[in-house]
Amino acid sequence: MEINYLQILSGVFVGLASGYLGSFMVLKRMALVGDALSHVALPGVALGLLFNFNPLFGAFATLFVGIIGIWFIEYKTELPAESVVGLFFTFALAVGLLLTPEEELLEALFGDISTISSVDALLAVLLSLVVLLIMRSISRGFILGTISKDLAKASGVKVARQNLVFMALVAIIVAVGIKSVGTLLMGALVIIPAIASKNIASGMARYNWTSAIIGLVSLVGGVLLANYLNLAPGPIVVLTSAAIFIVTLAFKK
Amino acid sequence: MPEKILEVENLDVSFDGQNVLENINFNLDKGDVLAVIGPNGAGKSVLFRALLGLIPYSGKISWQAGLKIGYVPQKLAIERGLPITVVEFLGLKSPIKENMLQALSSVGINTGPEQEHHLEHHILNRRMGLLSGGELQRVLIAWSLVDNPDILLFDEPTAGIDIGGEETIYNLLHELQDKRNLTIILISHDLNVVYRYANSVICLNKQQVCFGEPHSVLNPDELSSLYGGEAKFYHHEHKNNDHTQKPD
Repeated sequence: MEINYLQILSGVFVGLASGYLGSFMVLKRMALVGDALSHVALPGVALGLLFNFNPLFGAFATLFVGIIGIWFIEYKTELPAESVVGLFFTFALAVGLLLTPEEELLEALFGDISTISSVDALLAVLLSLVVLLIMRSISRGFILGTISKDLAKASGVKVARQNLVFMALVAIIVAVGIKSVGTLLMGALVIIPAIASKNIASGMARYNWTSAIIGLVSLVGGVLLANYLNLAPGPIVVLTSAAIFIVTLAFKK
Repeated sequence: MPEKILEVENLDVSFDGQNVLENINFNLDKGDVLAVIGPNGAGKSVLFRALLGLIPYSGKISWQAGLKIGYVPQKLAIERGLPITVVEFLGLKSPIKENMLQALSSVGINTGPEQEHHLEHHILNRRMGLLSGGELQRVLIAWSLVDNPDILLFDEPTAGIDIGGEETIYNLLHELQDKRNLTIILISHDLNVVYRYANSVICLNKQQVCFGEPHSVLNPDELSSLYGGEAKFYHHEHKNNDHTQKPD
């Protein structure tokens, strides 16, 4: 079996960062927001494929437009975030499906980490580190805001600004994770490690970091297993994390 | 000469063009215990939110510079599955264990050495979502005390606390006021509390009905205009609509 160290390297960092960030998304009941957002990346990925630039940048562009749009509409209309996300993700998926060249569609939807370039891997590592560091630095205010907006505001937390930063982090991790598992399965990378961790971890800090570790194990383990079985990595990564989730059920506190 | 730490002038708060607080004027000296009373929907919690800067208002609210404000909300719905423990929650405000223990013992949670096992397992490392209503309330009060505030804003401190606990909380209020000259603003439905602990009182019913020392302003006339105001308004509405039934 041939091991591609670029895959492993990016897998370690993307896994850690998506598990860690995912634990906060689940706290905020935003798990499916991340899943839906990953679909918003599809038109960007398609544009990259069509016009021959790195699809990662295309994904960023449409994700940021999507996130600002969601934040703005939510702020203006007081519609619940999840409904607004529902609008954006179906719209983006429709546009993305029309734009993506047919022969590339499968990779755009399900990812293919086996084709990762060294530039992609480097970007994945750097951006994952950025996500980890920023999330860690806003975690105090973020947790407080999940418990009570008033308590957070009264303690000097800028809740609206912090939510925007958080959404930006979600966009980054989604864009980075798409290479590994694709736009359709990205949700699994942020949701499953977090809920598996919730089953077994006691205490907030343990919950966050256990989720990060499970993310790492799912992504790296899944990629290795897919290599070994000669199957597409995206679905195997998701199945690996789902298997871990099932195991944690037995240890549920 | 007492030190003035809060001045409120011509405070108005409105939501969607409807006034919920109108022309509120009062001030507060260091060490005062101010009770805010009034019927449901009178704007008591709104006043707190304005004082804390959580909502937009017009008029003037000026705190003495550099004050540290502790805030205890009326109730907090903590999701049962939320993994945060009490020690982590208190740590969001002050990571110093000594301060946490002091704050917990102030709210009647025993922190002595012989209680260590109970404290570690049943309070500190317990999930917030698994605390009983009374325990949660105490932890919230401890939260407000943990970084040694100068002033406490207390929204219905007795809601959800059993009688024994209630005594402890009010003993605590008394203690904090006496020992540390802590200034307190509290919302209360309980007039006994107001008589026993407050040295000034503000009566709200969207407008300011009274402000002053409890014994001089809380006379039967004021109280009926405060709590009877709603009924009069109700009556008036019915007359306009030409209904014959009487309000109860």
